[in-house]
Amino acid sequence: MKTIQNIGLALFLVGLAIFTALIFLGKYQVTPENLDELVNNKGIKSELFINSMTTNIVGKTFSNPFSFSSEVRTVLESANEMHKNNSEWDKVIWDKPHSFSYQIAKQSGSGLIKENKGLFWWLTFGIGILGALMYIIPNVVIKGPPGIKNNGIWFNTATNRGWIGWFAFIFLVGFYLLLYFRPDYIVNWTYVVDPISKNLSGNLASQWFLYGFLYCTVMTVMAVRMYIKYRHNKYQILRTTSVLFFQIIFAFLIPEILVRFEKPWYDFKNAFPLDYDFFFSWNLDQLIASGGLGLFILVWGVVLTLVIVPVMVYFFGKRWYCSWVCGCGGLAETLGDPYRQLSDKSLIAWKFERWIVHGVLVFAIIMTGFTLYTYFSGTDAVLGIKTQSIQDMYGFLIGSIFAGVIGTGFYPIFGNRVWCRFGCPLAAYLGIVQRFKSRFRITTNGGQCISCGNCSTYCEQGIDVRAYAQKGENIVRSSCVGCGICSAVCPRGVLKLENGPEKGRINPTEILLGNDVDLMDLVNQK
Amino acid sequence: MNSIYFCSKLCNTIKLLPLVTTKCATTNFMEHIVIIGNGISGVSAARHIRKLSDKRITLVSAESDHFFSRTALMYVYMGHMKFEHTKPYEDWFWKKNRIELKNGFVVDIATATSMLHFADGETMRYDKLIIATGSKPNKFGWPGQNLNGVQGLYTKQDLENLETYAPNNKVCKHAVIVGGGLIGVELAEMLHSRHIPVTFLVRESSFWNGVLPTGESEMINKEIISNGIDLRLSSNLKEIVSDDHGKVKSIIIEETGEEISCDLVGLTAGVSPNIDFLINSNIKTNRGVLVNRNLETNIPNIYAIGDCAEQSKAIGNRRPIEAVWYTGRMMGETVAQTICDNKLEYKPGHWFNSAKFFDIEYQTYGWVFAQRGRPDYEKHFHWMHSKNKICITIAYHKDTHLFLGINTFGIRMRHEFFDKVLTDKQPVEYVLEHLSDANFDPEFYKLYEKEIVMQFNSENTTNIQIKKKSWKRIFQTN
Repeated sequence: MKTIQNIGLALFLVGLAIFTALIFLGKYQVTPENLDELVNNKGIKSELFINSMTTNIVGKTFSNPFSFSSEVRTVLESANEMHKNNSEWDKVIWDKPHSFSYQIAKQSGSGLIKENKGLFWWLTFGIGILGALMYIIPNVVIKGPPGIKNNGIWFNTATNRGWIGWFAFIFLVGFYLLLYFRPDYIVNWTYVVDPISKNLSGNLASQWFLYGFLYCTVMTVMAVRMYIKYRHNKYQILRTTSVLFFQIIFAFLIPEILVRFEKPWYDFKNAFPLDYDFFFSWNLDQLIASGGLGLFILVWGVVLTLVIVPVMVYFFGKRWYCSWVCGCGGLAETLGDPYRQLSDKSLIAWKFERWIVHGVLVFAIIMTGFTLYTYFSGTDAVLGIKTQSIQDMYGFLIGSIFAGVIGTGFYPIFGNRVWCRFGCPLAAYLGIVQRFKSRFRITTNGGQCISCGNCSTYCEQGIDVRAYAQKGENIVRSSCVGCGICSAVCPRGVLKLENGPEKGRINPTEILLGNDVDLMDLVNQK
Repeated sequence: MNSIYFCSKLCNTIKLLPLVTTKCATTNFMEHIVIIGNGISGVSAARHIRKLSDKRITLVSAESDHFFSRTALMYVYMGHMKFEHTKPYEDWFWKKNRIELKNGFVVDIATATSMLHFADGETMRYDKLIIATGSKPNKFGWPGQNLNGVQGLYTKQDLENLETYAPNNKVCKHAVIVGGGLIGVELAEMLHSRHIPVTFLVRESSFWNGVLPTGESEMINKEIISNGIDLRLSSNLKEIVSDDHGKVKSIIIEETGEEISCDLVGLTAGVSPNIDFLINSNIKTNRGVLVNRNLETNIPNIYAIGDCAEQSKAIGNRRPIEAVWYTGRMMGETVAQTICDNKLEYKPGHWFNSAKFFDIEYQTYGWVFAQRGRPDYEKHFHWMHSKNKICITIAYHKDTHLFLGINTFGIRMRHEFFDKVLTDKQPVEYVLEHLSDANFDPEFYKLYEKEIVMQFNSENTTNIQIKKKSWKRIFQTN
């Protein structure tokens, strides 16, 4: 069994190494036809750009994406600069340089990978999946009979912020930086999933399709791990199945199929303000232009946030979204599960959390206010601040850096819910509902707590669960996503997630059940 | 030095608390409460005294600077947690709540002068003293019981020793555990987690059968064996053999004379009060520090709580000494009232406890007696799942059907439910009817209430119908 695991690990690392190496392979050559197509598609009016491209790039062969990107951006920027100086605004190409360069690179790449997409899919994804499963599945035997087997988690450098953890951190952060800010460097990765994209939406894969596919793959493989680890716990099994279902069907397949039928890409479960650009003018325009379905989406998006989300939180707590439906939550609960013990449980961390997460919510609301004002009034600035720049700032700081680079990249350092705990504006909104108007709580079982601290240690949201349990007090916290792990790891059966009457949900106690009845009355009834 | 500190502390406190009543300020404002022992008993007492008063509080311990959860030491060894995680309060908590911490080992209590003497020669005056020094592992005079590599599992130092003598299965090729109780099975699980082969000597003919009824005890035997532990029932330790360096080499079993070579011997044959330091004092002791129902010792202003306290007269079915987490905490809660001028008797409510045997969780509410010592009137109903490691035993009065207690294995049950049932003196039929209310398993777990009640009905030719789970009843909201 151990041998199978080792072979699996080796295969996984080979797959990962090939995947990483793909960046550096292949050639890029822009043909005159490529250029014509680009000019036509984008409606480029700058002769300067076209000429410069023709002389400097067309026909030349670039052996890596970095030099190619650099050349294209130089051409683009120098043309733009000239036009801006001459105030020829209609000739300026407003695309982000790296996205622009990505579009050209996607067309002009050639070589091994582009010619052998299927083969390279197997060499990267295929080997990676196979290796990971070979590593994961033998745990059914190795880890012993069903039950909580957290043995050695704090001795393992992958899960105790040791060197493997830091390495994973660097890798993940690097991945997100490339994905968000240097798509033109990872064109080769997108080739590998082109055939799948073609089958689904009919288009070639963008970096976002690659990300979506990778996301689903990682979640599925790591869900197998969850199924094995918590095979004695039906709550965990169902919850894992649920997030997997919503990710694959709602976040991945349905949107791609919508595109195939020339409808707008839309994830029906992604609620505003997590879906922060829902009210952006381009989205509203696109929805309105898409007929019945577009209007339905528009109404659905509003109803989802204003009615469905809070009503469901009232009945079930925010877990119905964060731990059963959400994609970010889904990744955190599968890929992130090995890192849940790394979240900071200190009081000071809780303070930071409240300021930051509610700050992001306020930011999202203000940004959306600006957006809607601009949309309906037509003026592009409010109080002297340009709507476009506040949107760009939100997209960059929150949408990309916080949700992606920090949110997932920091899993191996700060635990698996960094984004959900500190950054997600939807989580903040749901949390307010959960704290003040909900039937959900984690019930503490009388006086049974022995203060061991497993619950707090394994709380991904950094809630000091023990602080409540050892006082015999129910846990009612806005940040609780109801993952149910505290209840699972408790050795004494003290914690139970449940939805019950609001009355008595918050029950501060000083003297615990089991002691003198008179004393309990004396001290607890204040 | 001490008085200067005393003064500045006083001034600080007054500055911070300008609204303290005159009564406090004149009579017991700076009364110094010293608590020996910073386990759950001592800390519960300290916290509650602080809630109730502004007295000066000092917690004395030679074991650790800060309170940690003893019950979690096993998880540190197993790598589930770091030692830091076992501390229920962050380190700033003590200063913020003005609970002074003193690292020192008390060697004597001079009751006449109200003075503590520490091992390093220091002294400390107290106005009221709470002894909460807990337990120490039992050693029954076995030859070799003080060798290196022979230890209990109780203190932080025990954990550190374990890391020295049994860090892995290369240093410790084999371990022997002596004594079949809760700590023994925990130690077996711990060593098993590091793949160290374990021989487990249990005096009784079945694991913990002095406490558990037969069926349950047998299920735990199976669980221990299925985890690869070499369980030896009806086996006593004869002696522990030393190597040339004063470290354990092997043990010899009394009954068979078999010698088992090992690098670690875990002594887990129960605990007894840790009160050796009181030998020269005039505080009355038996096995523990003798206390009355107010937790007072024979010396005024000295109290004893937790594992080290011995009730002069046992309370109900309870033993005079109860080395249990919960009772320690409850005594701490109670003695704090007495010390803060609300003299209270220690009146523990209905008995409850819990444990975990490898993967089997155990909870108990009320009294369920084992074969030995069971009253004539106590009748048992036992249900066991056909495949999974799940079972319950309900004890009730054979004539009146009064519900006496329940043991549950692999099913979680609500403490509040059973506490109320016991207080209201409900019959066993009531409990079975309301089993759905009692269940505390996570959502979506398979429920066995129907099976359980069906079996009871067929055994007793009754016709009990299960009532649907009711939040109203569970949370007693009307």
